[in-house]
Amino acid sequence: MLSALSLLLTCQLAGELVTRGAGLPMPGPVVGLAMLLALLVARPSLIETIRPTAAITLANLSLFFVPAGVGVVANLDVLSADWPAILAVLALSTVLAMLAAVGAFLAALRLLRRDEA
Amino acid sequence: MSGSPALWSYLAAAPLTWLTVTLLAFLGASILSRALRHSPLANPVLVSVCIIATVLWLGGTDYDSYFEGAQFIHFLLGPATVSLAAPLFDNRGTIRRLAAPILLALIVGSSVAVLSAVALAQAFGLPEPVILSLSPKSTTAPVAIGISEAVGGIPGLTAVLVILTGVIGAVIVTPLMNLLRIRDWRARGFAVGVAAHGIGTARAFQVNETAGAYAGVGMALNALLTSLLVPLLVSWLI
Repeated sequence: MLSALSLLLTCQLAGELVTRGAGLPMPGPVVGLAMLLALLVARPSLIETIRPTAAITLANLSLFFVPAGVGVVANLDVLSADWPAILAVLALSTVLAMLAAVGAFLAALRLLRRDEA
Repeated sequence: MSGSPALWSYLAAAPLTWLTVTLLAFLGASILSRALRHSPLANPVLVSVCIIATVLWLGGTDYDSYFEGAQFIHFLLGPATVSLAAPLFDNRGTIRRLAAPILLALIVGSSVAVLSAVALAQAFGLPEPVILSLSPKSTTAPVAIGISEAVGGIPGLTAVLVILTGVIGAVIVTPLMNLLRIRDWRARGFAVGVAAHGIGTARAFQVNETAGAYAGVGMALNALLTSLLVPLLVSWLI
């Protein structure tokens, strides 16, 4: 638990240092994720250290974004006129993304099968 | 009730209060969600945000005082994002087996998710901070909040938009795929993971185990790709 937490925080800190140091516009923890993945590929036995702690954090993941979600109450009145448009954008864009992903996946599968045949 | 104003001013200012309220609200919302058989519409995050917002409103507490306590929970988003590496590593066999369909569907699905959100939001004439907050909406919340912060969106708004996207995706995916007569569980799962992150993934696991596993892979890979895509597209489109 302690070594897993140290490893997670070290990767996050390293990610923050890289993104801030190099002025990259991506979130530091995502670079930390990539670093941890690289470490796991280099030393697969590390997964046993990480797995139990990762399982706990990931099982409670939704709790962690509640405070940010409550932040929307601060913007509620500003956006009240925009909500119908926002919901329309979310619904349309989500359907389009699903159709695009499922179409691309099936098309690639079909090409693979044709190559094998 | 003579001591109650002093007691209330202590409670309203103490970080402990808001940390506890957040945990209790989420616990209550989780019990409700379980009672309603994990219906996407009773999403625990949406329900607990509503409960907490009501408590804050009734008590006349501002968001800054609330966040004094809630920041301890908010902080855990970072380590949780890093720990997404574990399921990704555990699924490396799946990814390697179907590398071509997975990579193609990831690139196409992720780009359409970001581009269509930005283009539609511009067409509807939404203000720029809202467009920026919308752009990472298909990505898992901790990463989306980080992206939103990095490109100048409103992180709190992004959190809610991400959850709404997940709920929409989870509700729509099964009727949509059945309507199109798509029976490949891998393709169905991967698509909902890319478009509707963790909430879509949870829905996929309810429907089919294989769909769930592919949804999880789609969600994790999309988190990586979107954090590259959004900053690039934002500097180019807006």
